[in-house]
Amino acid sequence: MGRVLVQVMPKPEILDPQGKAVSAALPRLGLEGFTDVRQGKRFELVVEGPVTPAVLEQARRAASTLLANPVIEDVVSVTDADAAGA
Amino acid sequence: MKIGVVTFPGTLDDRDAARAVVRGGGEAVALWHADADLRGVDAVVLPGGFSYGDYLRAGAIASIAPVMGPVVEAARGGMPVLGICNGFQVLCEAGLLPGALVRNDVRTFVCRDQRLRVEDASTAWTSAFETGQEIVVPLKNGEGGYNADERTLDELEGEGRVVFRYLGGNPNGSQRDIAGVRDASGRVVGLMPHPEHATEPGYGPTEHGGGASGDGTDGLGFFTSVLTALTSA
Repeated sequence: MGRVLVQVMPKPEILDPQGKAVSAALPRLGLEGFTDVRQGKRFELVVEGPVTPAVLEQARRAASTLLANPVIEDVVSVTDADAAGA
Repeated sequence: MKIGVVTFPGTLDDRDAARAVVRGGGEAVALWHADADLRGVDAVVLPGGFSYGDYLRAGAIASIAPVMGPVVEAARGGMPVLGICNGFQVLCEAGLLPGALVRNDVRTFVCRDQRLRVEDASTAWTSAFETGQEIVVPLKNGEGGYNADERTLDELEGEGRVVFRYLGGNPNGSQRDIAGVRDASGRVVGLMPHPEHATEPGYGPTEHGGGASGDGTDGLGFFTSVLTALTSA
């Protein structure tokens, strides 16, 4: 069983109200010093067999067509979850 | 003239939209998200509320629902399509309209009677208005911030495709106060505010003097306009 990780973030120029809300809440827990928070998404796509180059290509297509909206989001990475350094 | 109103799982305003169609003089036809069938309608309204839990992004999963195949095809062939609120989000996600809607910059859901300026009265859904006319319809959304890159925004402005702009304060951080846009043909229009909730005296907006109509029925013009567009086509 293989897993592909897809990470998506709001584009830097897009306002991220979720991140702002989290950012404003942290000091209430005494967690000072974080000047900004941005919130994105992590997807785990599971396949039967190993993560082959073809599987990664399919995952990249999934990322660019559905998982992220290129108008407001960037696909940060599409990687094999079990590969070294992933 | 038959105007289809699509119901997705989570749609809230399909009944109001169907009622608005009838009040405008059309025949409302219920369309179902899981049927790739437009049942012979002449135009389509994608109403507001939510769809598929708005999982992933508002309107994202609805944009590839079975019913959207024929909606996209018909829209590209010139069928009038109006997307209201979640329906606007669906049209953007489906690529029929440019841009995307993100969470309100104020970080709260906003519900109020909203003043708008009609910037383009040439579309299939706005011909009953005058360009520059001010109208009042309800606004109710959490993810109404209209976003597109600067080049797209400049194109929209240059081609006169901004159809509605917010007046009296930008409620959600929409770029350039954009409340609604159209496609190149003027047959496909999307907006965040809700004209279908402003078609019946006593049930529409009461603030701002009830709008141009004076009785909270400024939204009716959307549903009479489309009949004009269909009969003159």
